[in-house]
Amino acid sequence: MSPTTEASSAPRSRPRRRRSRLQRKQTRLAWLLLLPALVAVGLVALYPLGRTIYYSFTDQQFLSGIEATHWIGLENYKDLIHDTLFRDAVVLTVKFTLITVAFEFLLGMIIALTVNSGFKGRGVMRAMMLVPWAIPTVVSALMWKWMYNDIYGVINDAGVRLHLISHNVAWIAQPNTALGAAAASDIWKTTPFVALLLLAGLQVIPTELYEAARVDGASAWQQFWRITMPLLRPAILVALIFRTLDALRVFDVFYVFFGNRPDTQTMAIFAQDTIVGTGDVGYGSAACVAIFLIIGLFTVIYVTFMRVEQQ
Amino acid sequence: MTAAAEATTEARSVAKVRVHKPLRKRLARLPFYLLIAAIFVYTIFPFYWAIRSSLTPDGDLFATPLQYFPNSPTLVHYREVLSSGDFQRALLNSTIVAGSVTLISLVLGTVASYALGRFRFRGRAFAMYLMLSMTIFPQIAILGALYTMINKFGLFNTLGALIFSDLILTLPFTVWVLTSFMAALPKDLEEAAYVDGASPFQVFYKVLLPLIAPGLVTTGLLAFITAWNEYLYALSFTQDPEHHTVTVAITSFTSGKGLTFEQPWGQIMAATVVVTVPLIVLTLILQRRILAGLTAGAVKG
Repeated sequence: MSPTTEASSAPRSRPRRRRSRLQRKQTRLAWLLLLPALVAVGLVALYPLGRTIYYSFTDQQFLSGIEATHWIGLENYKDLIHDTLFRDAVVLTVKFTLITVAFEFLLGMIIALTVNSGFKGRGVMRAMMLVPWAIPTVVSALMWKWMYNDIYGVINDAGVRLHLISHNVAWIAQPNTALGAAAASDIWKTTPFVALLLLAGLQVIPTELYEAARVDGASAWQQFWRITMPLLRPAILVALIFRTLDALRVFDVFYVFFGNRPDTQTMAIFAQDTIVGTGDVGYGSAACVAIFLIIGLFTVIYVTFMRVEQQ
Repeated sequence: MTAAAEATTEARSVAKVRVHKPLRKRLARLPFYLLIAAIFVYTIFPFYWAIRSSLTPDGDLFATPLQYFPNSPTLVHYREVLSSGDFQRALLNSTIVAGSVTLISLVLGTVASYALGRFRFRGRAFAMYLMLSMTIFPQIAILGALYTMINKFGLFNTLGALIFSDLILTLPFTVWVLTSFMAALPKDLEEAAYVDGASPFQVFYKVLLPLIAPGLVTTGLLAFITAWNEYLYALSFTQDPEHHTVTVAITSFTSGKGLTFEQPWGQIMAATVVVTVPLIVLTLILQRRILAGLTAGAVKG
């Protein structure tokens, strides 16, 4: 991070000493301008993060005035590893992440390629795709919860009429359909966003490449694998990273669908319920840190993968 | 995927020889249009169903077989929802919270983006990385400490708690997006102003700020939507209906009549429409700008 020679506002040819004074002045001013934002970020993110890590080594309770807080070392983490409820939550969240990211990517790709191919009303289509992204997750979850209703839900009604199912199914109440139901709702809400990211990537691929490939006799299939996919890689990775990190901290859909029902707790619901519901801030903080580490692990995997790909 | 890829290439060749399109060729495009129709229905149907349910009177709503189109549409659910004191209060609360969060993020973000986008200085890369890593910061990771901090500050069960904590969701990303807008402006602008003897403050205020105004609108809208949609903190840090935001209020609707054990789905769907419409309108008006803002990072890689 050596100081760069071109100061954005300094005229180009000046004596050296003068420039470095200007440079210092600029640096000072820049940090001054940054200060408010940095203080705010420190206050709402970095300090609480440090504090949460500290709590995770204590038996901090929400009503801490009554009993003193003790340093208990790794006790919380040991308990967490043996906590079947938390283990189930991790497994459920990872399953949910794999299912939703895979479907969102596949469907998003199909939609992006379709919209990119150009037809009348393509602008309308693209605008429409923003809508599910803009509405609150809570709202989309409620819309789906009503559609899943076991007696008056449209999914049961349509399914029976079309003979896809023989009788009404309690999609949300049944343990074996609960995860799929939540995943479908999430996929509906976020696929358009993935499609938009991929579409933006598709639109910067020069058409000449396809024309040249056609002249050389490449089939559409070959064009897709040899031109589209390699050039789309940055957009694909960004979309995958965003979606994975988002899916791992999923809270809203599951909470709206199931409340804090034990068999459908995600990692985030487990932590929220432990901290706010039970008031066990120390133990809940350990869960928070564990979530943070798991998300960090996924990020590292992606970044490493990206590096390897680039080489 | 093949169909779509084929369609891609075909669309391009068709565009060139548009003079006579034989019927066979048009028929060949049929699967493609069916695919578009399927995507359209998939995207729009849940909205249609919410609107249909919000207009259907309870008698028809909770009856089988279902009516796919309301035979006797009614606005009674909307009247119930909009006259509910709790819901009015929630709409107001959400507006206050999302508005304040947006305003604070924009003010702090613009100033910070001036530094990051227009100055070269020691530590700039560090500050950029810090902000970027904060944009993917999982909000659940700090719930433990935020919960106790908010209590210590006496903010529990107040809108202040939400304004404070929602900043983590909006501020870093506001800084990041605005910086890209700032950095994209041509250099000569400032240089001309400096030659004329303007101070950095004047350059910021008179030259750069007007130019990134469109960026401020886009970023502001994104921040507003984020704060408006927030649920985890609103659920954890507020308790009584007087301080609920719409996301919490809408999930705690209960039937006032006590006659049926079903939730009042007609009202809930009316409420979802009410909450969603302003967002949809804003999004559609500003769609081009939002698209640019959302996808800038992805294209550049």
